[in-house]
Amino acid sequence: MKSYIEPEFIVERDNEKCIRCKVCINQCTYDTHYYDPEDDVVRSRDENCVNCHRCVVFCPTKAITIKKNPTQYTENWYWTRENIVDIKKQAESGGVILTGMGCDKPYYTYWDKILLNASQVTNPSIDPLREPMELRTYLGAKPDKLEIEMENGDVVLKTKLAPQLCVETPILFAALSYGAVNFNVHLALARAATEFGTFMNSGEGGLDPRLYKYGDHIIVQVASGRFGVGLEYLNVGAAIEIKIGQGAKPGIGGHLPGEKVTQEIARTRMIPVGTDALSPAPHHDIYSIEDLRQLIFALKEATDYTKPVAVKIAAVHNSAAIASGMVRAGADIIVLDGFRGATGAAPKVIRDNVGIPIELALASVDQRLRDEGIRNKVSIIISGGIRNSADVVKAIALGADAVYIGTAALVAIGCTLCQKCYTGKCPWGIATTDPWISKRINPDIATRRLVNLLRAWSFEIKEMMGGMGINAIESLRGNREHLRGVGLTDTELKILGIKMAGE
Amino acid sequence: MDEKFLHKELPYNLSNFIVTKNGVVSIDASNMHYRDLNFLIKSYANPSKRIDLYNVNGQRYIGTGLKNNVEIHIYGTPGNDLAAFMDGPTIYVHGNAQDGVGNTMNSGKVIVYGRVGDVAGYAMRGGKIFIRDDAGYRVGIHMKEYGNQRPILVVGGTAQDFLGEYMAGGILVVLGLTLNNGEKHKAKFIGTGMHGGVIYIRGQITHIGKEVKIMELDKNDMNLLKSIIEEFCSYFNFNIDEILEGEFKKLIPYSTRPYGKVYI
Repeated sequence: MKSYIEPEFIVERDNEKCIRCKVCINQCTYDTHYYDPEDDVVRSRDENCVNCHRCVVFCPTKAITIKKNPTQYTENWYWTRENIVDIKKQAESGGVILTGMGCDKPYYTYWDKILLNASQVTNPSIDPLREPMELRTYLGAKPDKLEIEMENGDVVLKTKLAPQLCVETPILFAALSYGAVNFNVHLALARAATEFGTFMNSGEGGLDPRLYKYGDHIIVQVASGRFGVGLEYLNVGAAIEIKIGQGAKPGIGGHLPGEKVTQEIARTRMIPVGTDALSPAPHHDIYSIEDLRQLIFALKEATDYTKPVAVKIAAVHNSAAIASGMVRAGADIIVLDGFRGATGAAPKVIRDNVGIPIELALASVDQRLRDEGIRNKVSIIISGGIRNSADVVKAIALGADAVYIGTAALVAIGCTLCQKCYTGKCPWGIATTDPWISKRINPDIATRRLVNLLRAWSFEIKEMMGGMGINAIESLRGNREHLRGVGLTDTELKILGIKMAGE
Repeated sequence: MDEKFLHKELPYNLSNFIVTKNGVVSIDASNMHYRDLNFLIKSYANPSKRIDLYNVNGQRYIGTGLKNNVEIHIYGTPGNDLAAFMDGPTIYVHGNAQDGVGNTMNSGKVIVYGRVGDVAGYAMRGGKIFIRDDAGYRVGIHMKEYGNQRPILVVGGTAQDFLGEYMAGGILVVLGLTLNNGEKHKAKFIGTGMHGGVIYIRGQITHIGKEVKIMELDKNDMNLLKSIIEEFCSYFNFNIDEILEGEFKKLIPYSTRPYGKVYI
């Protein structure tokens, strides 16, 4: 069947600058560029281009420019190019359209409608360059009260504390499964987390044994497919996260395509090479809060109550009630993943239409747990579209203990959000398990870039906190007085629990 | 808050409930909380080769996360998630078991002299489970295998819907021994979403998932099945020849990538 779809991008090559070195040909994993020996010229198949910029960045003479195809359908505010092309694709294939990364639609972004406070006159701001500033926080259940004793003039804590994760900055690396990404990416995340004193999350594909030595800085995930879940895996991690849902695809399972299931991935996931790795939509031993409690305590029993158990859900309409149940089920940490949360593969219609903004979910969950007097029993980590350090600060002031970053971490190591992760051909060597392409991630360089990002954001967070006159991240948590809304309705302000700017 | 800690010392004098005789540790589990019971089992699993549990009544997680090479005999009814994440021990249940038997189990054996509930063998990665009587829903869901790790789950009786759902590996055997003459297995959607492993069923089935096909058994299948049923019979005193006389069907997936063409 002839395809009616025109290329989305046009590759332009300045033939005066082009030295025919063929770097672009070698770098493109979508077979866009080719050399024509007859004319001694490099040409491009525009229809293959995904605008990932790999060739643009690596062209030594900067001869390549990628442009949006100027040939557009008749301008139509309602029937966008995306709508039209998707229909054509489905008419030609009969398939469900897959995509990668997070929802890219222009829904409201509440982070951009919230502004931070700063000290002026009545309380002094703090200069983080020269004064102590504390970003360390502990994730896990906190006791209702602390009992202390004096022993030989020293204060001794009598209350036994639940297991905690100590993070030196309130930023953790989000779950990216082994299989969605390759070993080099996992290694870089593990090393960067270890170096900076934070955590990476294994995702649902298990953990390569070569990473066990970084276990003190790894949160191991248990999802419905139970891939790679064994006693050693559970015990090697610093904490265990039960994944119920994911912001990019709430309510549906996962399919890691067989192309990505190489020998290494198969061994870790314990399925044959080349098989699709299918994660059921629900955990079939969890149909209720009581069942969730059963798995939480099965994991605690399996690890002798030495590790915090986190439960991750996608932010949905009744997150607050579910979160209350999760705390009562014994979760030490709850993770809320907003609708901007990314994925290696999800049906586009789900990614773009299911779930709610993380800002609203976070505010309502934090408020609900406070109202019920159980906020101390759990730490809250949020994820799903944290783009910069200001988003982190706003999230913490809205009630989060810490955030997970996934997309931002991948952008740090090369990702350009072309949204084609599901093809397994990521030209940046990230969302691929092809051994040849995976080599494009140099674990040493990727670690440096990740640590640099954490350092930069952490410093910016200190600057923002200092401006507010706050010297410890824990004093910022849930401190909504430091937030003001702009351009929001009364209902939105009420749910966010913040005042209008000027109030 | 207390529930979030493991007691490092016994909260009350649990040693009153333990008798050691000829190297066998016997524990009276009457009214004992599962945490106390499992704490005791873990404490004694290392030095002893055999632990007998009496008056078990719904305590969860027995053998969960246990990796010692110990033999446990349970008298009574163990609760959910028996032998979850288990890695090595052999558990005999002299009675019925509940849901989640052998959940994500890695190695070892569970032998149940009775029936089990739902999701037995969920995501099982290795080891063996033998159930004398019937089993509940979604038994063997998402069993896996890799290399030498090939889990085996045998149900002596019949099982409910979604048997072997999402199976990615392993061997699931259903013998139908509790069915009356001429009675069929009632399970619907057998092998739905299956993309690896094999199911052998003795007796008539009525409904299968669209991802599986029914095959006749070849010589290799018969040899494999014979060795599995031999072990099954060694626990339950069934006559192997009578079982093998029955009519077996083999269910395998059409594809290791059942949904490869659904998504573009």
